[in-house]
Amino acid sequence: MDALIPPLLNGTAHGALLLLAALGLTLTFGQMGVINMAHGEFLMAGAFVAYLTQQVISSSDISIPVALPLAFLAAGTLGLLLEISIIQWMYRRPLDTLLVTVGVSLILQQAALQIFPAQGVPVQKPDWLDGQLSILGYEWPLRQLFTIVLAVLCVIALAAWLKYTSFGRRIRATVQNRDLAESSGIPTRSVDRITFFVGSGLAGVAGVAASLIGGTNSQMGAQYIIPAFLVVVAGGIGQIKGAVIAAWVVGVGMAYFADWTTGSLAQVLAFVLVVIFLQFRPQGLFTVRSRGLA
Amino acid sequence: MTKLRPWLPLIGIGVFAFLLLAVAPLMLSMHWISNLGKYCAWAIAAVGIGLAWGRGGMLVMGQGVFFGLGAYAMAMHLTLETAGPDSLPTFMILYDPLAGLPAFWEPFRSDAFTLLAIVLLPVIVASVLGFALFKRRVKGAYLAILTQALAVALAVLISSTIRETGGDTGLSNFKYFFGFVLNDDGNKIMVYMIAAALLIVCLLVAWQLSRSRFGELLVATRDAEERVRFLGYDPANVKLVAFVIAAVMASIAGAMFVPIVGIITPQEIGASASILMIAGVALGGRASLFGPALGAMAIGWGQSSLASSWPSGWIYILGLTFIGVTLFLPMGLSSLLGKAKDLIWRSRPAPVPATAAAVQTPKEVKK
Repeated sequence: MDALIPPLLNGTAHGALLLLAALGLTLTFGQMGVINMAHGEFLMAGAFVAYLTQQVISSSDISIPVALPLAFLAAGTLGLLLEISIIQWMYRRPLDTLLVTVGVSLILQQAALQIFPAQGVPVQKPDWLDGQLSILGYEWPLRQLFTIVLAVLCVIALAAWLKYTSFGRRIRATVQNRDLAESSGIPTRSVDRITFFVGSGLAGVAGVAASLIGGTNSQMGAQYIIPAFLVVVAGGIGQIKGAVIAAWVVGVGMAYFADWTTGSLAQVLAFVLVVIFLQFRPQGLFTVRSRGLA
Repeated sequence: MTKLRPWLPLIGIGVFAFLLLAVAPLMLSMHWISNLGKYCAWAIAAVGIGLAWGRGGMLVMGQGVFFGLGAYAMAMHLTLETAGPDSLPTFMILYDPLAGLPAFWEPFRSDAFTLLAIVLLPVIVASVLGFALFKRRVKGAYLAILTQALAVALAVLISSTIRETGGDTGLSNFKYFFGFVLNDDGNKIMVYMIAAALLIVCLLVAWQLSRSRFGELLVATRDAEERVRFLGYDPANVKLVAFVIAAVMASIAGAMFVPIVGIITPQEIGASASILMIAGVALGGRASLFGPALGAMAIGWGQSSLASSWPSGWIYILGLTFIGVTLFLPMGLSSLLGKAKDLIWRSRPAPVPATAAAVQTPKEVKK
């Protein structure tokens, strides 16, 4: 048992981080069909916002809670700018959004490399995340529990927003039938913009969480983007519950693999297993049944 | 003149071959010969991507996997040849002098096995992978993300197996290339000529494929996969063939990259390397014959000249290239050429509208 429990927590925490990174993609990729390769760099922007907030508010106890909404706004604004300047011309060419955002991600990475020190910047952890919580006889680091709680809160907030608010209904209406939504008086263009804003903003929140766990540098976005996309694809496009399960399975699976083999081999195994899984369920865990051919 | 038109690409390949094989070795210094050889290697991979992506509509973002298979097959052979018979490569001795050669290295002592592996390894991997993906109708963004994930996975795997593959430092310090001393100008030119000749062969293959029945079917699959399926073909098989050919080209490119550049590391095959291969194809024009090769050479030139003198600027240029080309020239620079050609060849009849072309298909099939 002793060997089985700790990876479960590590994996759940890692899965929660993956979920935070993937949650915005379920909106931008899942709902809007935009393949945003710069999503990882929005996450990076969130992490740098956490660092910058600490330069202004020196007490890390307060700065991290302050950084969360700021990171959301900063990454969301970046996303909004991207949508207005580039993405809005490309809704009819989904595959091309991938190429265009690869370019954006290269530029953002290089900009971060030039603005901030190349080796990265330190983000202080708040004191209230230093301790450990003893549950069932095991010590659970608060830092990891924080990521999990943050992920759960984001999922609940996003799901409730999509399900119960009038704005959520507009998003779903636009996704399901743009023309009908338009003729019912829904301003689909501004719905697109706000959806992209929120999706990108969630990456910023993920960035703050990531800055507390790993390093904050210009390359950090690149290491999250592919796993996040795999989570969205494996969970089923645009399915929040699918993303939750997929992120948790990938996170915990990788933790156990890493326990049995090595960290990098675990990454390889996780990728290969997702590819094999898609053999059996090419549409992901949960699918919206449609009568389309593909 | 109009009778000449179908043969223009062949004449173009001839001129290109003359420039690469006859003019370049006479005109260029050794430094630029080996640089040009490197660009040729990337161009070979790009021709394959042009086939898979431009003609087949499969955005393969993980050609680094196949590039890496070929490159590491060649690099393992050259490392063993440098080490000499029955002895261990230097990096393995440094790491653990007592352990033996890993079993999968042993066959790469043989020249013939290495050459065979460079072609057959990508065929096997791409067939299994392509069969699995295309039969389940994985396409578009999913294919792009999954192939990219595999490139990341392979790079991570190689980085982490230091003892078996050299890890992050990669394999380097090759002295011999199938018996020829690599540090010799004449032999360097020979290696360059092989790379350039292989590029010409790949262009010929791409040209022949594009005018064959298979090429038409591939383009049809790209444009209307369901219609191809309803006509009784299996689009999965059509795509699989193009995917495998692209993989073999990438592997050959990797195999030529190693003796020319003299080092292979996981960075050369990972996510960003795979994206760089895509960049050239997008810039040159993915659906054209020369676009991918010339685009890859242009990107290669930028990579080797600008990336060292002005690294930050180069990344910005690369990023802006992606954005600019995708926004304004989705079919790359070669589409400009097409527009210019239309102006010059005004005499030719206006393009037949798509619906009329569909009616004419039976006639085409008889050919």
